[in-house]
Amino acid sequence: MALVVEFGDRIDRELSTAVLSLAQGLDAEHIAGIIETVPTFRSLMIHYEPLVLTAASLTALIDEHVQKLKAQQIVGHVWHLPVCYDSRFGIDLDEVAKRTSLTTHQVIERHSGPMYHIYMLGFLPGQAYMGEVPAELALDRRETPRSKVPAGSLAIAARMSCVFPLETPCGWHVIGRCPIPLWDEAHGTALLAPADKVRFVPVSVQEYDRLATRAQEGVLKIEPVSEFVGAAA
Amino acid sequence: VTPALRIISPGLSTTVQDLGRIGYQRLGVSLSGALDPVSLHAANMLVGNPCNAGALEVLYVGPSFAIEAEDVRLSFAGADATIEISADANAVSSETIQSMQSVHLKRGQIVRVGSLKNGSTLYIAVEGGFNIAPVLGSVSTDSRGKIGGWQGRPLIAGDVLPLHHVTTVERNEYRIDGLDLSAPGRFRAVPGPQSDYFSDDEIERFFANEYTMGAGSNRMGMQLEGRPIQHRRGFNIVSDAIATGSIQVPGSGLPIVLLADHQTTGGYPKIATVISADLPALGRLSIGSKVSFARVTLQEAAAARRELAASLEGIGGKMVPIRPAPAAVETRLLECNLISGVYDAAA
Repeated sequence: MALVVEFGDRIDRELSTAVLSLAQGLDAEHIAGIIETVPTFRSLMIHYEPLVLTAASLTALIDEHVQKLKAQQIVGHVWHLPVCYDSRFGIDLDEVAKRTSLTTHQVIERHSGPMYHIYMLGFLPGQAYMGEVPAELALDRRETPRSKVPAGSLAIAARMSCVFPLETPCGWHVIGRCPIPLWDEAHGTALLAPADKVRFVPVSVQEYDRLATRAQEGVLKIEPVSEFVGAAA
Repeated sequence: VTPALRIISPGLSTTVQDLGRIGYQRLGVSLSGALDPVSLHAANMLVGNPCNAGALEVLYVGPSFAIEAEDVRLSFAGADATIEISADANAVSSETIQSMQSVHLKRGQIVRVGSLKNGSTLYIAVEGGFNIAPVLGSVSTDSRGKIGGWQGRPLIAGDVLPLHHVTTVERNEYRIDGLDLSAPGRFRAVPGPQSDYFSDDEIERFFANEYTMGAGSNRMGMQLEGRPIQHRRGFNIVSDAIATGSIQVPGSGLPIVLLADHQTTGGYPKIATVISADLPALGRLSIGSKVSFARVTLQEAAAARRELAASLEGIGGKMVPIRPAPAAVETRLLECNLISGVYDAAA
């Protein structure tokens, strides 16, 4: 069974901090009967086994944690992800530039500017929803989604950015590609986690190819540049 | 030689499923797993497997396959089906068995599972299980994520599924008598989590409506046809997590009940959630089935879960040995001899 704790109905760093703080707090206690917690933009779903943990005791536990939320901080890693914005990969870059009245160079500059916050993983294994894309680049999804885009595609829609870990149908605007594998199927691990921070580092086609080759050979290792403790803001 | 089942024809959509890939939804990995875990449980019990072992899940139309092992013990549990078993690919005659039983088979025998009746799902378990490496702790097929099961996809003709056991344990065959797999009159559901997107009247109407399971239904979701539900304030929500059994209402107003292969997160308001105890019965419904819902509380949902656990415990008590009829076996042997005699003469 599952219980969902809703903190609001919008995408907001403060809500996200509350969601992730509750998730990290509950996870750290390894409570018997909790199968897993699934954080999203504005809510936390808690899958539990009612034969072990009743809804009433789970609710009491959640209340207790929610009381402490203000004092809690979230922990995460900071990543620098190389991405290649070349038109070979960024198939929608020209269109994004046109629709935002910017040059492609400006689009790249704006997109790679911010430190992104990871709100949640979802849709595909290891797929992180990162925000916020600068307001100047905010576009609705494509009217006609593509039936597939390659793994590693870097895309934007509204104020969100994603790197798709696998080949997938996609209605977002593809502006580049990341050579770093984000999903390790053999081990069931994702590189990125909710509460992590990401900065996109533009690289040349040559550097992309070099990294992609090493990734293919399975020898590409990427480490976080640092850790952080604090609010998502 | 590796013991195996060789798929001759895959049926409509046959996948390897266990109880699902539990604990990875936070990473965006779907649960997958059997649509009808009760029948999976029964199939595994019939061959003495752990109840969460992987088995073949058949939807609507069954596969045919050849036994490529010294001998195997199979079981069939779920919807009604006529299962033809013949001595080999050239056999003229065949023996027929029904689902809800185990059967002992030898190398070269051919199994043909026909169209399912009174349900959409049937499980075929094999004693000792399939020799398939689990992915993230599960052998369930996630067709969307292309992981798990047999090469991450439904079976196709020519697939050779390796088995763990070279031969079988000597024992009686069993059938299960009196396991109730009928659909409840109404599926029990807890309102929410986004009931605030619908007026109270509209929620009442949702619980009063009768829907029909639409042709677009699949392992991801059951599409319901009937009177559309009106949203009170739009149909776009900020994505949140999805539980199996969640009933989301997209812009069309026609509800979709999310099933085993559902995405981990989604962006439509969810009017109610089918309780976990009623998911197995939901999973065995067929396209065209009538579906309606009854409102229950969280406490009732938890009580129903305890009842389901107790009824699973009770399956063992419903297993009865099948006594082979010696005369029938002799006749069959004679038939086989006769056929091989005719064949020899013709050659």
